[in-house]
Amino acid sequence: MAENSNKALKSHIIVIAVENKSGVLARIAGLFSARGYNIDSLSVSATEDPLVSKMTLMVRGDERILEQIYKQLNKLIDVIKILDLTEGDFIDRELSLVKVKTPNSVIRQEIMQLADVFRAKVVDIGKHSVTLEIVGGTSKVNAMIEMLRGYGIKEMIRTGKIAMVRDFNSKKQ
Amino acid sequence: MNGAQIMVESLKKEGVDIIFGYPGGVLLPFCDQLYDSGIKFVLVRHEQGAAHAVDGFARSSGRVGVCMATSGPGATNLVTGIATAYMDSIPLVAITGQVATHLIGSDAFQEVDITGITRPITKHNYLIKDAKDIARTVKEAFYIASSGRPGPVLIDLPVDVQRAEAKFEYPEKIEMRSYKPTYEGHPVQIERAAKLIKESKKPLLIAGGGVISANASAELKKFIETAGIPVTFTLMGLGSIPANHPLFLGMLGMHGTKYANYAVVESDLIISAGCRFDDRITGKIENFAPRAKIIHIDIDPASISKNIVVDVPIVGDAKEILKKLHEKTGKTSRKEWLSKIKEWKEKYPLSYEKNGLKPQYIIEKLSGMLPDDAIICTEVGQNQMWTAQYYKFKKPRTLVTSGGLGTMGFGFPAAIGAQMANPGKIVVDIAGDGSIQMNIQELATAVYNKLPIKIIILNNCCLGMVRQWQQLFYKQRYAFTCVENAQPDFAKLAEAYGAIGHRVTSTDEFDKIIPEVLKEKIKPVILDCRIVEDENVFPMVPAGASLDHMLEGLA
Repeated sequence: MAENSNKALKSHIIVIAVENKSGVLARIAGLFSARGYNIDSLSVSATEDPLVSKMTLMVRGDERILEQIYKQLNKLIDVIKILDLTEGDFIDRELSLVKVKTPNSVIRQEIMQLADVFRAKVVDIGKHSVTLEIVGGTSKVNAMIEMLRGYGIKEMIRTGKIAMVRDFNSKKQ
Repeated sequence: MNGAQIMVESLKKEGVDIIFGYPGGVLLPFCDQLYDSGIKFVLVRHEQGAAHAVDGFARSSGRVGVCMATSGPGATNLVTGIATAYMDSIPLVAITGQVATHLIGSDAFQEVDITGITRPITKHNYLIKDAKDIARTVKEAFYIASSGRPGPVLIDLPVDVQRAEAKFEYPEKIEMRSYKPTYEGHPVQIERAAKLIKESKKPLLIAGGGVISANASAELKKFIETAGIPVTFTLMGLGSIPANHPLFLGMLGMHGTKYANYAVVESDLIISAGCRFDDRITGKIENFAPRAKIIHIDIDPASISKNIVVDVPIVGDAKEILKKLHEKTGKTSRKEWLSKIKEWKEKYPLSYEKNGLKPQYIIEKLSGMLPDDAIICTEVGQNQMWTAQYYKFKKPRTLVTSGGLGTMGFGFPAAIGAQMANPGKIVVDIAGDGSIQMNIQELATAVYNKLPIKIIILNNCCLGMVRQWQQLFYKQRYAFTCVENAQPDFAKLAEAYGAIGHRVTSTDEFDKIIPEVLKEKIKPVILDCRIVEDENVFPMVPAGASLDHMLEGLA
């Protein structure tokens, strides 16, 4: 493989429909590690069809690497279909839970206002902390987290991105 | 029926009449069913031997080979053989025993996660947890192994599933929505390729293993003869066109012929059929075929534009596509190009100095004496490269060698499989003194099964290919490659196993004994040839250099 490290390493969102069988996640993850592809996030979930799972992957690479990723994934017997959403119009979301320090009620108030602006939900309140749930596109989640960092984040977790093609605009199959 | 019976019946449905393997605890129900099933069982002496044997069986016959090993160490011993088959796209089905389903994950005795271990070296693998899934799994496994780009498939079968009862119904049809190999090349791409071929003044075809596995030799021959295209070969593609054919240029790449490599550099159009542009073929990627457009025919879309950017990709079966290209390109005369190639062939033939017992002499001699359908297996290293250079292969599937993985110890067990698949043919293993010791235990298998395999050891008392690199690139510091003082007497070793053994040290002795060796019909024969020790494989393109930078004759 050519290693043109910084040449147009574009981020792509790939959605893979796979047979809902044990070991499939390991096959996909193993392929990425064996071939040295970059993977930024991965989420696996059920779909409307109990026999099919969907994985949403954020991957980085130049055009050639992306093409290889696409082809190599297609070679896996359990992979049914791959969609690269990046080229078309799509909806994507991720969810984050952030536990922020609230040493006093003034700060707690501030954070709850912030949550309001970002349309985040307060899901837990402790003596010295508030936990927020934020859902949205990556940039929104990032912005909220950046905002909260100033107050001191005690704990944070976020899902990988999940994504779907918008109707009337399915571009690249 | 119980699971073991279903397994046996399913294998029969797939036409399996021979299995290579080794028994073990969790395979007992299956072994018991096989015992009087009518399927021949070849007991090897190490599971690695079984994997290589079915590989040799598959390569030489074109059929799917089946091997079997027990759980844990039995299964892990198959791993090198499975990886070897995977790298060369050889169809085989490996069946492994597994501990009972309720014990899986408990670190039970002889438990290993073999589906996990073999995931990157199989085309697909299965862990069967319910006896009712056995028949469908076997059907799928054989289909996957032999269709598209072929490859090994592993089935892991827990002992309780072998004992469980289920109804046996062998599926008629395959229902797999996620696996549909492409066979027919896209007509637009074929059209584009045909146009390029017609316009080309200096076309060159590279035939790889895909031509052999697609059984496309006849189509290839017709195409190149009509279109007047010289053809060079990867190691895996040798045999697809007879070596005495005027358009034959031998192997290209690291140890390719000078004329083949010059042709690559000079060509204005490379047509690759079933070759994946491995680094041993291309040399320095940036300088590969600098003047040429590239047409790449491959059944595996992932092989295309993986190592090298191509101009016209055609995904599909080489046989079909070559046939169509033949129809579309028609007859072309390329006198100038062909005479240039002829000139190179005359000017730069493969050559060696004839003093002492030379490996090249041995190969040439064998090549002259053996019938066209003799099957030549090789180990890996110098023995393999000399064979590829000097043996004149006339037919497809007569060279059985580990190309992609380069597995030492492959040749002899593969020869066992090849001889089993081709009882009437002469099977030879061209070995080195290093490689042959990696699976020497299989002499017992060969003797027991009365397989008259001819093992020609090109014995230079060292691990020659590595020693050659040390000589050329590591200041003659021969780290760990000279084994002279620790070498067994191979002739006596053969006798100890009940085989025949000879040692020769000169061309005269070799010439005298070889007819007798080739005549043997029952016992394996080891012919230990003490060759000139510092003979090297030339020409040689150093790793990472361009194809026209060939080293020569520094021996």
